[in-house]
Amino acid sequence: MTRDLLTRRAALLGAGGLALSGCDQLSQNQTFKKLLESAENLSLGGQRLVLNSSTPLALEYQQSDISRDFKANGTVKPDSADYSRLAMTQFADLRLKIDGLVKKPLSLSLDEIKAMPSRTQITRHDCVEGWSAIGQWTGVPLGNLLQSAELMPNAKYIVFRCADDLEQSRDGSGLYYESIDLIDAFHPQTIMAYAMNGQPLPVPHGAPLRLRVERQLGYKMAKYVMRIEAVEDFAKIGFGKGGYWEDRGYEWYAGI
Amino acid sequence: MAVDIANQKIAVQAGAPAVRKTRSGRELIYRHTLFVRLTHWINVLCIALLLMSGLQIFNAHPMLHWGIKGGDTDPAVLSIYGEDQLDGSAIGWTKIGGQAFNTTGVLGVFRDRDGFLSGRAFPWWITIPSYQSLAEGRRWHFFFAWLFALNGLAYLIYGFAARHFQRDLAPTRLDLRNIGRSLLDHLRFRHPRGEAAKRYNVLQKLAYMTVIFVLLPLMIFSGLTMSPGVDSVAPWLLDLFGGRQSARTIHFITATFIVLFILVHLVEVLLSGVFNEMRSILTGWFAVKPEKTDAH
Repeated sequence: MTRDLLTRRAALLGAGGLALSGCDQLSQNQTFKKLLESAENLSLGGQRLVLNSSTPLALEYQQSDISRDFKANGTVKPDSADYSRLAMTQFADLRLKIDGLVKKPLSLSLDEIKAMPSRTQITRHDCVEGWSAIGQWTGVPLGNLLQSAELMPNAKYIVFRCADDLEQSRDGSGLYYESIDLIDAFHPQTIMAYAMNGQPLPVPHGAPLRLRVERQLGYKMAKYVMRIEAVEDFAKIGFGKGGYWEDRGYEWYAGI
Repeated sequence: MAVDIANQKIAVQAGAPAVRKTRSGRELIYRHTLFVRLTHWINVLCIALLLMSGLQIFNAHPMLHWGIKGGDTDPAVLSIYGEDQLDGSAIGWTKIGGQAFNTTGVLGVFRDRDGFLSGRAFPWWITIPSYQSLAEGRRWHFFFAWLFALNGLAYLIYGFAARHFQRDLAPTRLDLRNIGRSLLDHLRFRHPRGEAAKRYNVLQKLAYMTVIFVLLPLMIFSGLTMSPGVDSVAPWLLDLFGGRQSARTIHFITATFIVLFILVHLVEVLLSGVFNEMRSILTGWFAVKPEKTDAH
């Protein structure tokens, strides 16, 4: 009741301190949150009208545009023992698993991945925080990997399971993960990158493999990817929103 | 007398507003249609919330760059930051170009709601939400950006179809010739009476036209240019604004101009009669002040 009155009073005033606490309350009100979040459907729907799985490509830049200092955001070194062991041998023992709703589950070494046809692109990385950096990425198109694994008809999303425990959780709820739909998964610029600016992918940028989804924001581009899983929906993964940051309030479709 | 009749005819032909008299004999004209009033107030809501949630988003990377890229270690045209002092205090700096200004208390370093020193760019009382949350700020921003864009689109269609732009906002040749006099009137805070008060004056028309056709569209397009998805389908936006980071800077500068317009707009409302102006934007009816009798 009090809460209700406060919100109404705040809405009537429209400005000033009271209204601000009103906005804070609205911001945490579940119904209002749902209303605000509904705008994501418009952004996704609007962009899906014009962005499909083959075109358009994100703008590619020149060698001279590459950022001298490309910020490594989020985790800069996963601290699990498993990851350290892999890193000691330059990931020679890595087995990237591709499983879930696929007919032929795969387990690939880094050498096997590097032997596949690759794509190199110089693209702009836009962080949700607002900054942009330009880097060159080389990797294997995700679509090729998925084609080899043969997706089952009910596969709708591709989930990326990562080695970094960003929230240092005991139960694994802080482990980084991400998901994209098949339109983005089969886009020609969507690659599992193992090289950056002509060098093996550095640990701060996600060694041994990071996802690049060039028409979305940085947090979609999972680093330290260990497993790629095809799923029908992601409601039972993490807190059910489709990614580490999505579980913490960010949009699943990060196209803006 | 003949001239008067002729003028009246022209006024009627041009779609002059409905007129009625108050009991005290004052002339009321129907200045704002329901559609204009409705879109105006939706705009008020959207712009206020967009500005405040926009500052929340800015706080996540409190720097502005020029060009295609830019991050923490790249050159900035504007940056706001706090600097800890040895004695435990802190200074808030706002750096524009090469010049740093001490903005402690307002920008960079300020006391939060509970009185503790806080090191963010824009203070709690001007951001939505008041606490730091990029995720929630973005949710507010994009919801009201959609509402703002759809509202603006509806207004544009109405404005042309109902000839609101052509009739009420487009300056006439005569208007433009008298721009100097209008400027003087504004500087002396003299507001038109009688016939002249029934129309917008030329500076008013130009200000509204600039906001409607320049500033607000610039806001939408510079905002869209920050979207990697939109950039892939419309790379010309990047050329238009000179890159994503330039677009972000232009988004911020344009917002500043919109704030300036709103301040002038509100001052004019106060100076020209707040009751009458509020009645006209709420009910549509605007009272025309009679010509001064000493002019006869």
